[in-house]
Amino acid sequence: MELICIKNKNSEKTITTKGEIYRIAGPVVTITGIKPRMYDVVFIGELKLMGEVIQLTGEKSIVQVYEDTSGIKPGEPVIATGAPLMVELGPGLLTSIYDGIQRSLPILREKMGDFIARGIMEPGLNRKKKWKFVPSAKKGTTVSGGSILGTVQETPDIIHRVLLPSQLNGTLQEIKEGNFTVEDDIGQVNGKKIMLMQQWPVRLPRPFKQKLMPDIPLLTGQRIFDTLFPIAKGGTACIPGGFGTGKTVMQHQLAKWSDSDIVVYIGCGERGNEMTEVLTEFPALKNPRTGAPLMERTVLIANTSNMPVAAREASVYTGITIAEYYRDMGYGISLMADSTSRWAEAMREISSRLEEMPGEEGYPAYLATKLAAFYERSGRVPTLNDQEGSITVIGAVSPPGADFSEPITQNTLRMVKVFWALDTNLAHRRHFPAINWLTSYSFYMNTLETWFEEQVSADWKELRVKAMEILQKEAELQEIVQLIGSDALPEKEQITLEFARALREIFLQQHAGHEVDSYCSIDKQHKLLKTIIEYGNGAYKALDAGVQVSTILKMKSRDMLANSKFEKDFDKYLKKAQSEMKKEFQTMGVEAVSW
Amino acid sequence: MVKEYRTITDITGPLIFVERTDPVSFGELVNISLPDGTKKRGQVLDTSKDIVVVQVFEGTVGIDRASGVTFLGETIKLSVSQDMLGRILNGSGMPIDSGPKIIPDEKMEIIGSAINPWARDSPREFIQTGVSTIDGLLTLVRGQKLPLFSGAGLPHNEIALQITRQAKVIGKNEDFAIVFAAMGITHEEAQYFMKDFERTGALKRAVVFMNLADDPTVERLITPKLALTAAEYLAFSHDMHVLVILTDMTNYAESLREIGAARKEVPGRKGYPGYMYTDLATIYERAGRIKNKKGSITQIPIMSIPEDDWTHPVADLTGYITEGQLAVSRELHRKGIYPPINPLPSLSRLMRLGIGPGMTREDHRSVEQGLYAAYAKGRDLRDLIAIVGKEALSENDRKFLEFADTFENRFIRQGRDEERSLEQTLELGWELIAIVPESALTMIDRKTLEKYHPNYRKK
Repeated sequence: MELICIKNKNSEKTITTKGEIYRIAGPVVTITGIKPRMYDVVFIGELKLMGEVIQLTGEKSIVQVYEDTSGIKPGEPVIATGAPLMVELGPGLLTSIYDGIQRSLPILREKMGDFIARGIMEPGLNRKKKWKFVPSAKKGTTVSGGSILGTVQETPDIIHRVLLPSQLNGTLQEIKEGNFTVEDDIGQVNGKKIMLMQQWPVRLPRPFKQKLMPDIPLLTGQRIFDTLFPIAKGGTACIPGGFGTGKTVMQHQLAKWSDSDIVVYIGCGERGNEMTEVLTEFPALKNPRTGAPLMERTVLIANTSNMPVAAREASVYTGITIAEYYRDMGYGISLMADSTSRWAEAMREISSRLEEMPGEEGYPAYLATKLAAFYERSGRVPTLNDQEGSITVIGAVSPPGADFSEPITQNTLRMVKVFWALDTNLAHRRHFPAINWLTSYSFYMNTLETWFEEQVSADWKELRVKAMEILQKEAELQEIVQLIGSDALPEKEQITLEFARALREIFLQQHAGHEVDSYCSIDKQHKLLKTIIEYGNGAYKALDAGVQVSTILKMKSRDMLANSKFEKDFDKYLKKAQSEMKKEFQTMGVEAVSW
Repeated sequence: MVKEYRTITDITGPLIFVERTDPVSFGELVNISLPDGTKKRGQVLDTSKDIVVVQVFEGTVGIDRASGVTFLGETIKLSVSQDMLGRILNGSGMPIDSGPKIIPDEKMEIIGSAINPWARDSPREFIQTGVSTIDGLLTLVRGQKLPLFSGAGLPHNEIALQITRQAKVIGKNEDFAIVFAAMGITHEEAQYFMKDFERTGALKRAVVFMNLADDPTVERLITPKLALTAAEYLAFSHDMHVLVILTDMTNYAESLREIGAARKEVPGRKGYPGYMYTDLATIYERAGRIKNKKGSITQIPIMSIPEDDWTHPVADLTGYITEGQLAVSRELHRKGIYPPINPLPSLSRLMRLGIGPGMTREDHRSVEQGLYAAYAKGRDLRDLIAIVGKEALSENDRKFLEFADTFENRFIRQGRDEERSLEQTLELGWELIAIVPESALTMIDRKTLEKYHPNYRKK
């Protein structure tokens, strides 16, 4: 029973009692003969498939199994472990790629080939690799759960702070320096051995001191997010959108460019080829702030749509527990869950096999509670060791038929503070990112304003308000244009349309696949927006000065401005565009536009 | 020591309930022998010490309580061999042509395990279909799953056949095969496919699984799984590039709903079971490429979407799993344009992996974007002239209208046997792009424009 001992090294008792299978219906298995606790892990059948107890009824217990149950018979043995589903936390998590229950996919491939076979339990962390541990806590001092004992250089950029498991406290009787595997003895607290690695039950949030106000933005390098609908570090956002609107591309963009220290990416019930894309792209991309390969700050969890549904349910918890662990070291983490709808569907599938009374659209009645509990594990917090860490949670939602009135979108919107609405129409027009600027919102706008005004520019709010105003006006004018054509509009309105078009095409559209445009620094965003607004204001003035609309629409500098965002030396090209624009406006008799 | 039980207690719809059995494993294959000697096959859906639920593939007609039930002790497997090429099998994998028995090389589980995401290789080999709309704007790559979203009365079968006939990877002469799975289509449609396969000699390279409209619906649930098992065998054991055509996925979903209803499951949208996403995923996700393996599986599922409503669960869930979709448009079809693929709502997610320098041509992306933008604008203007008349449009706008018409007539429209090379498609693309004013082509970068735009090439 070696594999069980591995999983439960830290649990108080390692009782293994035996029971047997009574009934099998897909991923739901009824067992008898043992009395496990709720959410305990059990191993089912001769193949020892891993499962989790999700219901107790009289003598029987119901288990959701993380692997396919074909070929398993009633009467086969069941082994209880007496411990809940745990993840292993320690150095080596970064750059890993796991399935929903923290089995390393590269190792699974080594052991069982290109297809995922069953009944193989694999520890989450490499047992052989040695890490250089440098203690920082002093022998003889009093330490408590969450205290930093020392550090390990996990990747060139990330220092892994080794934390005391939170159930331990007392005097640090011994601490060693040197090269250790995750299981080696690195010291003792109150007679208990400590290691580089610890375990944590995935369904239990890790402790912290309190939650802080979300007043620092998470910069994503995406113009529409940072400028119009910003998200705070420790905040929550959702990206709902029908298929083909670019949810996954946006999630990838966020994982690539957001200014967090660590990224946890959960591919939950999505396409296999998409994970392959992440795996081929990320190692080649560099973090724009540190220059290190992006993969070095990333933990990937891939439970694709055809992998077992119960493991999909667990994948979200596995991911957020890993995120919390790094948060407790004082890092900022972005967690992307793509997609939470598939997660909810996994819950629905299990729930329906349990013959539970369904809520809306067959989803279990506890859907809202589960979603809320997940999003509430976000936040910017002082950790137990008085560092500041944060988890920003960004969930993709895949509403059936792109209809946002369905239960997952609606229940998610009740929880999250930022709504990035993907729009099928925009996507069909190939306006990317296809985020609808009229229906999206961010509740962090006000709390983040001070930061933007202090760190970026004092005119931040003014520019943003102006841009939104023009876009809003355009939407109203579009209704008229639909009826009479744009040429029949008054000249001033034609300029408004052009102004809005410039905002849409130059500012809002951002080319995810373009080498330069994929990431846009906050400074570049500000300069670009400011110039577009000056262009628009200048155009109004030119019109007042009696210039023809057609002349204004032909301005060369507008194209130069549009192209500048694709240039590596953006500042140089922007300056050129600006001075050309100044010249052009001057020939139209407009002087007042200042740069 | 295979026991036969005569302990059927209940029969509802396609399900039979058997009690007092020895332990029976989940997913096990079942033989049912009727008093009149007929044999039927089924699969265990739910098993416990008290009662076993079996779904019968050939329908429960004629089964009574006295029928015998034998559990075969293994899950459903398909006997595979290279001799399958050129053969026609029924929806359960039994030969129905008059050919000899297929001697199995191997027996494979039909419920395929998931490909380890780590083992996947990213699809990036451009498949030339010879259809301009697909090659130019919605490029298909090896290992992709790209469905045809169609409706009743539209020529999706013809499009699928044309792709099958013409699909090739330029410059390579590799082993390829076609796996064709018919689910609930009519005899007429099936014949249409078979005739074409025979006419073009494709049948030699094809494995055909036929579950027709009057075949048992439950059998349909295993047909695509059998087909994909055969495809995996050919692709990953014999290095072939396999193109899998699944038609019609709507019928498959109907069968899924039927079983769900018979089991009294809690229904999801429109009565389809809540696990339909996962179930469809286990089919579609079996497309792809694997690192260090030569073969690949490319899927073209076809579905006729009721009332052309893309929010219908079958289309919607498929769209969430597949890598794009080809929209067969009723509007273009009515105009008499073949193939009526409307590029606007269509999408190929993997296109950008397969095009560009070194793969197709450096201007491929620019052509795509230019044509796309101009066509979208032209169609918008069409709506507008319905209200204000053509005269109210500016000179420039009229160019876009002209573009939209020419684009439909020359680019989208092509003969059923007309095969255009990628070169032809892209050249035609530039020729059409030249209709619209150059200033509207901001999406194309200067360098490419000056190199390829006909205005510059003349000079």
